Amino acid sequence: MTVTIWVPRDAGALALGAEATAQKLVAAAKSAGTEIRLRRNGSRGLYWLEPLVEVECAEGRIAYGPVSAKDVPELVAQGLLRGGAHALRLGPIEQHPWFKSQQRLTFARVGQIDPLELNDYLALGGFRGLRRALELGGPATVNEVLESGLRGRGGAAFPTGIKWQTVLKQPAGQRYIACNADEGDSGTFSDRMLMEGDPFSVIEGMIIAGIAVGATRGYIYLRVEYPHAFRTMTAAIAAARKAGFLGDKVCGSKNAFDIELRLGAGAYICGEETSMLESLEGRRGEIRVRPPLPAEKGLFGAPTVVNNVVTLATVPVVLAGGAAAYRDFGQAKSRGTLPLQLAGNVLRGGLIERAFGLTLRELLYDYGGGSASGRPIRAVQVGGPLGAYLPESQFDTPLEYEALSAIGAMLGHGGVVAFDDTVDMLAMARYAMEFCAIESCGKCTPCRIGSVRGAEALGNIARGINTEANFSLVEELCDTMLQASLCGLGGMAPFPVLSAMKHFREDFTKRANGS
Amino acid sequence: MKSAAAAKPITQAQKDEVLAIVARHKDRPGPLLEILHDVQRAFGYVHAEAVPLIAGALNLSRAEVHGVVTFYHFFNSAPPGRRVLRLCRAEACQSMNGRALEQHAMKKLGVGFGETTADGGVTLEAVYCLGLCACSPAAMIDEEVHGRVTTERLDELLAAGGARK
Repeated sequence: MTVTIWVPRDAGALALGAEATAQKLVAAAKSAGTEIRLRRNGSRGLYWLEPLVEVECAEGRIAYGPVSAKDVPELVAQGLLRGGAHALRLGPIEQHPWFKSQQRLTFARVGQIDPLELNDYLALGGFRGLRRALELGGPATVNEVLESGLRGRGGAAFPTGIKWQTVLKQPAGQRYIACNADEGDSGTFSDRMLMEGDPFSVIEGMIIAGIAVGATRGYIYLRVEYPHAFRTMTAAIAAARKAGFLGDKVCGSKNAFDIELRLGAGAYICGEETSMLESLEGRRGEIRVRPPLPAEKGLFGAPTVVNNVVTLATVPVVLAGGAAAYRDFGQAKSRGTLPLQLAGNVLRGGLIERAFGLTLRELLYDYGGGSASGRPIRAVQVGGPLGAYLPESQFDTPLEYEALSAIGAMLGHGGVVAFDDTVDMLAMARYAMEFCAIESCGKCTPCRIGSVRGAEALGNIARGINTEANFSLVEELCDTMLQASLCGLGGMAPFPVLSAMKHFREDFTKRANGS
Repeated sequence: MKSAAAAKPITQAQKDEVLAIVARHKDRPGPLLEILHDVQRAFGYVHAEAVPLIAGALNLSRAEVHGVVTFYHFFNSAPPGRRVLRLCRAEACQSMNGRALEQHAMKKLGVGFGETTADGGVTLEAVYCLGLCACSPAAMIDEEVHGRVTTERLDELLAAGGARK
């Protein structure tokens, strides 16, 4: 009898040795005389348990983790191939409390299927959303997305349906769907996990968007730092084309749609939508002044839907289950689910998809189990390198758009990075300015010069030079950047700086006393 | 200067290859980044003498092409080392001692970010997020990813001389 074993090929799992584990399993099974079928999946998102091995048994898929290559011989000897008992045996992963308490809609299939096996995708509801969109037609599909309350998961949280409506209303002619896969925010990896773990969901979302607004061509702008996602997406696009989901007649309909995958080249700013469009057109990634909006005049001057990977991969969920079912998740103006990414100094980091409303404290302690170092968590950055640093007193804030906005923070792309009490918040504030200086496209002065001067002034504070004057200078620079930058990079880089100065003032003043 | 070894003049065969790459992409919309990626895949970097060739074939100015090459951190203007070590400098990695790892790598290799060891073995590059933030600190050697990298682990990886796991 052949035993089926799953070992992830997700980059995060590979970074923790999944390839060596897989090879060792093949070798160990061979010596044990058991025939195995090695299957590769995405990650279930429990990164502290990667490499997570699953064995198909009568009682379902039995997980073991973390399984390093050196654990394999002993595990096989003790009956891993039969789902036998062992200290690393976790049972079915769906029953694991960390996983069971989640509400996985967008990530429903990630980790469960072979990402490149179209039949796996179809068996778990794949392309049902597309078939409904084909029945509904463009305007009704746009309306469905509008009704669902889905907002852009890339960071800006703009209502997706409104964006689509704007494109739909433009004069007839060429239109584009541009998928923003330039996931550059530190602490985020949900786009990567989706592209590596369920690439057809991204493709399906793009096709639906195309049908909705009358676009026949889509581009994916993928960051070069994700070579694994690049390979998976490339193969998935080819498979979807071969199966007739992409091409002149999508699913045999009169709708044409095809996708081209393009690589970025290591510029954070290209995650900003207009900069991304410039880059797709083969130019320097300098941002464009709005208006016109990309929905009116975007890629190659044509009306363009620019959506993030998670947003697009959520569209099939909305269409397949209906707008009302999706809107039932979440609270207030944050509807549906959010794939949170818990990272940095936490014991149990990974991907947690839940309806909006979980508090930061629940995320950090119930899921994260506190810090990895065992020391108190002192600061948390929410929403990437342009997000605010939150102190412990703000950990009860619900993770939803308006609640975070009310305390001068932002949810962004859903990345949460924890720091223990060894963190130097002055160093983090300075880093935020340095990062802005490195990544600034240079188009507007507040960002280009403000970030350089900000880093200098914070450096002077660190050296105890004119602390008070430099402190005021940083505040003034931040004010200018906030008010006068052309895009979110310069316009939000002050968030981590000002929040660090406000909530962790002691880190900025101690140098002045010569301590 | 990215490399200890200065770029050699471009050969006729290399010129032909650059032009063949351009010809392959020329009729696609907005092809310049795609062309530069292919040139870098073929040669490891974008040779200064490739810039006017590309510009001429695309009917762009040299300044436009040069501007694109230098805008993007990923494009090299000089030959990189035999292996490229990319260390993540972003916040999640910093929260797990990434800064100490950076210092260790620089000391160990005797180079700063964007520089190549004297023997041409390793180029050290900074990267701002590899999407491996739940297993920080992270590094990438060529296209091979590594998580929870300690200083000892980094030493092992460098000593392994690029041997595949």
